[in-house]
Amino acid sequence: MNVPGGTAVPAARAGSRIRAAFEDREADAAFIPFLSSGFPRPADTPRLLERLAADGADIIELGIPFSDPLADGPTIQAASWRALEQGVTVESTLDQLAEISGELPPVVVFSYLNPILRMGVERFLARAEAAGAAGLLVTDLPVGSHPELERRLAGGALDLIPLAAPTTPRARLETILGHASGFLYYISRLGVTGARKALDASLEDQVRGLRKTVRLPVAVGFGISTPEQAAAVAGMADGVVVGSALIAALGRGETAFGELSAALSAAVRREA
Amino acid sequence: MSASTGSRGTGVAGQPGWFGEFGGQFVPETLIPALDELTEAWADARGDPGFHRTLEDSLAHYVGRPTPLYRARRLGADLGLGLWLKREDLCHTGAHKINNTVGQALLARRMHKARIIAETGAGQHGVATATACALLDFECAVYMGEEDMRRQALNVERMELLGAEVIPVSSGSRTLKDATSEAIRDWVTNVDTTHYIIGSVVGPAPYPGLVRDLQRVIGDETVRQLAEGDTRPDAIFACVGGGSNAIGIFTPFIEHNRALGATGTAGRRDARARETGGSDQASGRVKAGGSDQAGGSDQAGRVELVGVEAAGHGLDTGRHSASLTAGEPGVLHGNYSFLLQDDDGQVIPAHSVSAGLDYPGVGPEHAWLKETGQVRYESVTDGEAIAAFQDLCRLEGLIPALESAHALAGLRREAGRWAGRNVVICLSGRGDKDVEEVARLLDRGGS
Repeated sequence: MNVPGGTAVPAARAGSRIRAAFEDREADAAFIPFLSSGFPRPADTPRLLERLAADGADIIELGIPFSDPLADGPTIQAASWRALEQGVTVESTLDQLAEISGELPPVVVFSYLNPILRMGVERFLARAEAAGAAGLLVTDLPVGSHPELERRLAGGALDLIPLAAPTTPRARLETILGHASGFLYYISRLGVTGARKALDASLEDQVRGLRKTVRLPVAVGFGISTPEQAAAVAGMADGVVVGSALIAALGRGETAFGELSAALSAAVRREA
Repeated sequence: MSASTGSRGTGVAGQPGWFGEFGGQFVPETLIPALDELTEAWADARGDPGFHRTLEDSLAHYVGRPTPLYRARRLGADLGLGLWLKREDLCHTGAHKINNTVGQALLARRMHKARIIAETGAGQHGVATATACALLDFECAVYMGEEDMRRQALNVERMELLGAEVIPVSSGSRTLKDATSEAIRDWVTNVDTTHYIIGSVVGPAPYPGLVRDLQRVIGDETVRQLAEGDTRPDAIFACVGGGSNAIGIFTPFIEHNRALGATGTAGRRDARARETGGSDQASGRVKAGGSDQAGGSDQAGRVELVGVEAAGHGLDTGRHSASLTAGEPGVLHGNYSFLLQDDDGQVIPAHSVSAGLDYPGVGPEHAWLKETGQVRYESVTDGEAIAAFQDLCRLEGLIPALESAHALAGLRREAGRWAGRNVVICLSGRGDKDVEEVARLLDRGGS
């Protein structure tokens, strides 16, 4: 793969802001909302980020739209499409992030690989760091798929957040953890992003099993949509990620979005 | 030449699943164990004589192989050259796609999967998958873009008759790209029970290599049939969308050319640099001083390989599917290859009159073959393809798939260069499915 540049080794981090965000919330699980950049309109994104911060988000995932989002269900696909139609890019997203003057919790940039490659890895990292991002999650760059590229992405100041799934075997999980920083994003069930009526019955066992062996905080996402589900997951995990349900609410209007965000935040703190 | 001689180190080149710097497994984490399982299952099946016997039996008695290598005398005379057509249009279901689907369905049975999914563009791969599923008793779902369902209504009917569920895809450009994304999403969701039969040499590893292995029967038969007729080929032409029929017919000739130590005359600067840096030319078996204009065939025994992409309305219109000719490297559907994309890394919808070529990516092995100069890639427009479609109908009584008509058009464009020489075209499929669309376009064009 033609990705020019050196092969930096991950720098020892004095302290990850993402880890700190988990540690600060020792009694509770962390509330981790996902926001699709540029949806419904590009100008809304900074205000929505500030709104999530005010509602008590501990970490925010900021999704960069991609034309072919393989891991996403219909809600985030539609939001991405809408954003792309309005000209949203990696650069415009990072520019907006950089301009936010108010205090935000750590922001994890959530992207597919191609827009990052197209921009150039080093340029992307420099811009993301300058914009104040704390972490990076690349949906289609599984651990070990391109060691040099992974080293370079992990070599800057951003935590490179790994994913694990219910299909991930034990040996592979150990490989993944060997490369992880920030937190482990555990996919709650097989499938793409999007609301589901019920959580997987075996989720609690899976997460408890993970937390026995994983030293990093474990956040659970995919399919968590209601405050009740969020509270249930908060009872078993270190963090609760909610994406599609918030984006669907945002599609109905900012009031619905704010109500859900506040309710989810409270539910995560309350626990089940 | 080995995949590890790439001058731009990646840390992975030379490993399985990579073709130089192209290929890889850029998929959501959930799929990694399934890809590992498939890699192992294929390695195991490849080494099992019983599997090969079953596959060869199915190819011989069900698919109808070997397909003829037909000497097309009238069209050849019209072009002023010796022309042979590898008749994949005579395969059961009417295209080469079934070579792959029967092989993968047998593999899925070994893996104890109950359900098979596929994507389809022209519908040929969907029909071939539905057929293999009927034969081997799998539940089958085929994802197809709504635009393609309109263009290829007959194939939708065929799939349903064969017992498959055809699932319309209404996202994005509503063509093959979006059907592929939707099939991958289904696979992520149902990976425990389901095998995904991808239709071309695309997708994450091991698919590009697996599909090539199953399609190279086209080329292996061609080598044998040419030898039986004591014919030395000068060039092979094949159309390239994802690129499975092209890889299928090219593979034995690529190996032949490599064994000669031949350097691609179409090679780019870096490919030449690799060659000069390597030891391949030291064999001394390549005649020096060959003229590039002669297509490289004056290098003793070298067979020139030409992949023909779809230039759609024309490369300068932006409405085409020529990923190798006019795209840039990037990641789509799990691999790093050439891709139609904008400056922000967003994938640009492809266009071609042929639904089967209407894909903005291309197999990663093709990207590497292009970069190393082992295959030359050209493109022809919708109009050129339709003209070639009509030529074959009128001169040979063969109605080709619009996809295959691109290979014919690619040859017609440079026929002078091959005057008096022997050329093989992979006639990858028959054109019954395209009759209505061609009639509509000719009508509109007023001819």
